[in-house]
Amino acid sequence: MPAGLYHENYRSDERIFQTWFVRTWLIVFLILCAVLPLFVSKYMISILIEAGIAIIACHGLNLLTGFTGQISLGHAAFMGVGAYACSILIGQAGVPFIVALPAAGIITAMVGMVFGVPSLRLRGLYLAMATIAAQFIIEFVIRRWDKLTGGVEGMYVDPGTLGPLQFNHHIHLYYLTFVLAVAATMVTKNIIRSRSGRAFVAIRDRYLAAEVIGVHVFKYRLMSFAVSSFFAGIAGALLAQYLEVITHESFTIMQSVDYLAMCIIGGLGHIVGAIFGVAFWFILERLLEIVTTTLNSNFPDHITWFVSIREIVFGLVIILFLIFEPDGLAARWRSIRAYWKLWPFSY
Amino acid sequence: MQSEFLFFMQFFLTGLSMGSIYALVALGFVLIYKSTSILNLAQGEFLMVGAYICLSMTLDFGLNFIASFLLTMVFSVILGLAVERLALRPLIGEPIISVIMVTLGLTYILRGLVIMLWGNDIRQFNIFPQMPLDLWGVKIAYLYVWSMGISLVLLIFFAVFFKFARTGVFMRAVADHQTAAQSMGISVKRVFAISWCIAAVVSSIGGILIGNIGGVGVELSHFGLKVLPAVIFGGLDSILGAIIGGLVVGVLEFLSAGYLDPFIPALNEVFPFIVLVLVLMIKPYGLFGIEEIERV
Repeated sequence: MPAGLYHENYRSDERIFQTWFVRTWLIVFLILCAVLPLFVSKYMISILIEAGIAIIACHGLNLLTGFTGQISLGHAAFMGVGAYACSILIGQAGVPFIVALPAAGIITAMVGMVFGVPSLRLRGLYLAMATIAAQFIIEFVIRRWDKLTGGVEGMYVDPGTLGPLQFNHHIHLYYLTFVLAVAATMVTKNIIRSRSGRAFVAIRDRYLAAEVIGVHVFKYRLMSFAVSSFFAGIAGALLAQYLEVITHESFTIMQSVDYLAMCIIGGLGHIVGAIFGVAFWFILERLLEIVTTTLNSNFPDHITWFVSIREIVFGLVIILFLIFEPDGLAARWRSIRAYWKLWPFSY
Repeated sequence: MQSEFLFFMQFFLTGLSMGSIYALVALGFVLIYKSTSILNLAQGEFLMVGAYICLSMTLDFGLNFIASFLLTMVFSVILGLAVERLALRPLIGEPIISVIMVTLGLTYILRGLVIMLWGNDIRQFNIFPQMPLDLWGVKIAYLYVWSMGISLVLLIFFAVFFKFARTGVFMRAVADHQTAAQSMGISVKRVFAISWCIAAVVSSIGGILIGNIGGVGVELSHFGLKVLPAVIFGGLDSILGAIIGGLVVGVLEFLSAGYLDPFIPALNEVFPFIVLVLVLMIKPYGLFGIEEIERV
């Protein structure tokens, strides 16, 4: 605990950002994010949008897997539900974007709850397998329900509008994603501070004990599925706006695994974990891209190297993190911070 | 009536031979789960690597099919040992999610290596004769007959192995109670390593068979996940269950292709997963799996 910090009432003890130092830096960071698009290239903006979308999705997954302890390998499929729901609502039903976006979230939440029902009886591995099944079934529906989703050819997404904002401009989409990512972070943080959040953590840590002290395990598991899928739906709807053409290939099990990997690298069960994980993932991806473009210009025969180097490096990163830093970057960040706070007089 | 019966038998037998390959790969899953409590989601990649190695031995190096088959087995043993030693052993006692995620990390690495070495194209073996075999009016490709034969021989071999061979008994003992087995002088680490080896070997045999049927490509790795329903159906920790589950799921897949296709095209792609969800809802521990009973 930092020196000079004392609380006179519960309200101040429960504050999210307890010192002026943290609050100032947070505001600086948010302002930086807000003015960033004025200085960086178009390519950077599109990467930032992707990262923002991934942050929203990872908060959802972190809530389900990190806080409630339910492994989900179908997160990308739920994003697909959101993406198609939002695009169909805008394009074929003519619903305005501001209604379609939350509606996509709610539809995805309902689908998520359907696949969460097996959690009544299943845990751990078995639940993970139920989510794999969900992934494949949803993917199949997207691929085969041609009339609604365009089947394997995919589907054009009509750009959403919100007042003067048009989301086929990437700058506008950036601000929307930014606002929603901040909102998602705040919502997750506040859920975790609430009664439901404590119930989630209790279920994760020892669900039998939780049940004994009166936590309705099934209700909260289902709720966790619903909230997580809601986030996935919103992220999917944004991804659809970003991609402009969506096919089932944007929502395969590989993407599901990617999101889970981001959460693990960042640190499951930490709010900042989602953000750190996404940042790490995207930075590593860009670095690899630079490395492989230079490699490709020297060895033009090996054009597939980028794909394979990317896969191998990410696989290694996942395994090394699990072996050497199983709590992820968030835990490392915490220990570094603690070290500096007490430096040079650590006990 | 006659033709209807033939129609049924056609899909039934094809399903049975596909199911025997499922059973083989499911056996790999079960072996690892039984002795180490790890669900190896990289099984599909093991299968793909095996198929690719055998293919490139036969086509690129011009080796005889049998020789390349045996070399592939040797390589699979090495792969199984390496994976167990380097990736999984440090994680003994870690939570389920870490272990699942490590096997998923392996899928990235193996897929990356395969793309780097062999590229993205789908290639064909073309070893077995194309002419189908005519069994009283039911036409079955030689390939399917061979797959069924090889799988059955292997399944019987493993059944005998677990029943009578010394190592097989060790493995069952470790699965039953790790500490007790260890105190009887059984090396648990060795058993773990052997389970991974056997799993890698059976899945690469499965991969070679599947690769002969549909060509060898990166998509082969999805086969590993398609086997999950079979594993769950039989019960995660039952070898007999894996065999029966594999056969049942294979038959169901092809029967659904035969009878349900007019209503919902290509339903057979996900039919195993629908079965999986139903099994999980009705009887989560499968036909022969041991139910986990919890007491407070």
